[in-house]
Amino acid sequence: MKKNEVPQDKSNLESANIKEMYYAVDENGEYTTELSTGWDPKTIALDNAIKEIEERTEIARQKVLNDKASPIEYYMELHKMDVGILASYMGMWAWRVKRHFKPSVFKKLSKNTLQKYAEVFDISVEQLKHIDK
Amino acid sequence: MEINFTHKQSAHCENGVVSNLMRFNGFEVSEPMVFGIGSGLLFSYLPFLKVNHAPVVTYRVMPGVIFNRFAKRVGIKVKREKFKSLEKAQERLDQNLKKNNPVGLQVGVYNLGYFPEEYRFHFNAHNMVVYGKKEGTYLISDPVMEDVTSLTEKELEKVRFAKGAFAPKGHIYYPTEFPEKLELKKAIVKGIKHTCKDMTAPIPFVGVKAIRKTAKLIRKWPSKKGVKTANHYLGQIVRMQEEIGTGGGGFRYIYGAFLQEASKVLDNQELSALSKEITQIGDLWRDFAVDASRIYKNRSATEDGYNKVADQLASIADKEEAFFKKLKKAV
Repeated sequence: MKKNEVPQDKSNLESANIKEMYYAVDENGEYTTELSTGWDPKTIALDNAIKEIEERTEIARQKVLNDKASPIEYYMELHKMDVGILASYMGMWAWRVKRHFKPSVFKKLSKNTLQKYAEVFDISVEQLKHIDK
Repeated sequence: MEINFTHKQSAHCENGVVSNLMRFNGFEVSEPMVFGIGSGLLFSYLPFLKVNHAPVVTYRVMPGVIFNRFAKRVGIKVKREKFKSLEKAQERLDQNLKKNNPVGLQVGVYNLGYFPEEYRFHFNAHNMVVYGKKEGTYLISDPVMEDVTSLTEKELEKVRFAKGAFAPKGHIYYPTEFPEKLELKKAIVKGIKHTCKDMTAPIPFVGVKAIRKTAKLIRKWPSKKGVKTANHYLGQIVRMQEEIGTGGGGFRYIYGAFLQEASKVLDNQELSALSKEITQIGDLWRDFAVDASRIYKNRSATEDGYNKVADQLASIADKEEAFFKKLKKAV
């Protein structure tokens, strides 16, 4: 890639005042660096990944509202986690976390466990129990 | 306290931390040099490991490996520490800062507040340098940022103790012993040989074989997984290839810069020609990303589209195979 071909497309990097560094060759064929504001093919990939997470979160939200899943599943998706990551934060086996997705099991969770989930998601226990609060 | 530390932006965080720490200790080593000597370049496809609900594709070696290989090859010693206790982790960091020793840190990105929200995933192999502390706030040199920044004690603790794959566990590291003079020549040859070996390894998950394997799978994804999943997987490949820190083209351009610099150090014209060749291969990776993005942008992709990008990958695999065979002979 030539230095003057380093893409300067619009991206959400701008919002945080970040420019990323590329390696490219100048007119004499010497390698140099150039900052970039973003590149569309990459932005589209990222946007799609975000949309995918939003869809997963909405599905989980509907499940919670219909009493098909506990709020833990919803907050997990909201925080871009999967069961493995959440289990790691909780210091629990993944199958236990998965069990807590069941509304019936969730209702019986101890105060301590609820408190721990709330801390991981950075919310209050009240918010953990009621996702619309 | 604030250590007199020069922050210089780099493409990739780990190279950047090493390069910046070396400069602090009186050795000027460029980012591509660190990357090349540390044999950072790779292609690997791990279908059994999933991140963000897609198989893992990587264009670089595992976190921490670049610095370890670099250190061994140029003869510096690195001290690494991980912690169970949050207090101990902070205490040890503060001790180092008091001793005027800036340290490298492995951190998670998810709670890194100065990154844009969209970029904050549960990725735990980010690297930064802490070079001071003022009124309970840590002074941070994050190599992918243009300027230095800062984090509160609480914020730093959160990213140092992020959980999930590659959990940093408060990991700190810094060089402790240096040779009198950096001997780059031998180190460069070793670094190149290692990368050539990795890239032409007879294993389906690494190197050019893995690129071919990925191409084959891409053809099957739409019928086997459905268009939605196929597009998600394809998007993940492009993101890993072009994410912040790659320098573009899945690290191939950084490697081109390394070969150009190496050709001067070793006085080897062939490496200069090979630098041009890997740059062209980098351009092909970029073309692949452009065409792949067209597929998942429209969401109404045809089988043809997937076959086309798979063809591109297969052709890149052939070119890289020839390239790394030539490179092996050139040093």
